[in-house]
Amino acid sequence: MGLYFLRRLGLSVAIIAVAMSILFIITHMIPGDPVSIALGPRATTEMKEEYRARMGIDLPIYVQYGRFVSHVLHGNLGKDVFSGLPVLNIVSSQLPHTVILVCVAIGWSAILGIILGCFSALHRNSILDRFVGVITVGAIAIPSFVVSLYSLLLFAVTLKVLPALGAGESGDIADQLKHLILPGFALGLGWVGYIARMVRASMLEVMGENFIRAAKAYGLPETTIVSKYALKIAILPTVTLLGVGVGNMLSGALFAEIVFSRPGIGKLIYDMVLMRNFPVVQGAVLVTTALFVLCALMADMLNSILDPRVRANL
Amino acid sequence: MPISDTSVQNPASSTAYRQFFREPLGVFGLVLVVILVLAAIFAPYLTDYSPNTIDIKSRLSPPSSEHWVGADQLGRDTFTRVLYGTRIALKVAAWSISLALLGGLLLGMIAGYGPRWLDNLLILIFDAVRSFPTIMLALAIITLTGPSLNMVILVVVITSIPVYARIVRTQTMSLRENEFVLAARSIGTGWFRILYLHILPNVIGPLLILASMDIPVVVTIEAGLSFLGLGVRPPTASWGTILADGYAYVRNTPWLLVAGGVPLILTTLGFTFMGETLRDVFDPTLKRRD
Repeated sequence: MGLYFLRRLGLSVAIIAVAMSILFIITHMIPGDPVSIALGPRATTEMKEEYRARMGIDLPIYVQYGRFVSHVLHGNLGKDVFSGLPVLNIVSSQLPHTVILVCVAIGWSAILGIILGCFSALHRNSILDRFVGVITVGAIAIPSFVVSLYSLLLFAVTLKVLPALGAGESGDIADQLKHLILPGFALGLGWVGYIARMVRASMLEVMGENFIRAAKAYGLPETTIVSKYALKIAILPTVTLLGVGVGNMLSGALFAEIVFSRPGIGKLIYDMVLMRNFPVVQGAVLVTTALFVLCALMADMLNSILDPRVRANL
Repeated sequence: MPISDTSVQNPASSTAYRQFFREPLGVFGLVLVVILVLAAIFAPYLTDYSPNTIDIKSRLSPPSSEHWVGADQLGRDTFTRVLYGTRIALKVAAWSISLALLGGLLLGMIAGYGPRWLDNLLILIFDAVRSFPTIMLALAIITLTGPSLNMVILVVVITSIPVYARIVRTQTMSLRENEFVLAARSIGTGWFRILYLHILPNVIGPLLILASMDIPVVVTIEAGLSFLGLGVRPPTASWGTILADGYAYVRNTPWLLVAGGVPLILTTLGFTFMGETLRDVFDPTLKRRD
């Protein structure tokens, strides 16, 4: 148990280390002056000099790398040369918007996905099962940013029932919730499909097991069997999937945030890409990747606690 | 039992083809894919317009007999632009999947057949790169290099190589202990010849099936980045740039959004149905692996 945790943790640290190295090295891999490349044409000479001094561009590259890593480990993601604010503050001011959006999206898609999956498995090969099958494949097939665009078109522009842009007035909870509906829907729709398919498959497997047949032989009602015994085991692969889902959504939220002009980390990265402000992009991408890795790690850990068989396969 | 000589026909494959054509969803997928490929190849013959000809008179016009799905903000025929967009989508998919397959095969066979330490190192790198969110990596690189189609291909290749390499590695490892490989080694066959003649033919089939299911992912990434203005540059027609125009003029016309999104959905459906059916028919064991 301890060994598994240790190896899994080691892998996560290694992944973040590789991510840091990639983000550090790409400024140097592109021909030209790294400072001009990172800051783009808008930067003044003073800004470039400041960045050059902070990065230690004139030092040997391994010293620069060491400085970069030690800064990141101390929570110092550098300073935005254009606004003068620390990158960490900029990122952490946007992060809550994205986290709320992801929670809403994963929440509704998990609930609906699990219900649809269970339902399909229990009524296997019925017309309704086929119908759910088609719906889930359809949900997976539409790229999330197209869902964003289509739901914007349908609900906000054509029917005008929901607000299209922004995150709502701060302080007005009802307004903020209204602004969450469309992006949350767009981000979660594909995952309803993934989760329903996964739950259906593992539910079918579990329902054939001996202990379920024994429970049936005892004459327990089907709802008790499903909710008390089968679902507990059938849900396990879904836990890992949810971890991956949250991670993917952190980056997938980018499109929903852009389409609905919603503040958040994805919108921040996009705006900074357009402004060619690499220091902020670098910091924000690093934070997103770290969160992504953390989600996968937590899902795996949780899964190994719930299902000891997992630990054998790393 | 894997067959090392590709000239020996697998007796199961002809029944597998017949089985494929009995699956309605698989055939449906195949039909969609064939339509897409034909549309890309014959784009100039299927329309009277050119994708970039500006005609202000028919600006943002709704569907009519002249413009089947309307025209965009510059009066360019949307149907024509969607057709030409198919070329971009399939071009990006073909290039990036081929390059990723090549890289994945090479690195996967090295990891599976080479020394243990190299295997461990490569696996670590694979896992690290694979857990990097593709879009984030693309954004970081594009900030520095500026938008271009080649960068989109590069990012997709970098992030897909580990996926293929891992599968190839697992297959190679199980094959290297097989009798026919041991026999080849015992008569002094070099490692390159073994990998090329004996391992490769056995690995490539399942890999191609998985690759066909990756095509919609790549097409979506291209469209997504082009939508953001970070892939194909205007005025080139791509499904992503059509969607971007549609988003900008969403209050004037819904047709641009519809025209840009539907082919994306059909592509995903087509390749997914085709790939899943191929997988179930040819190699049911793959189902459990992904």
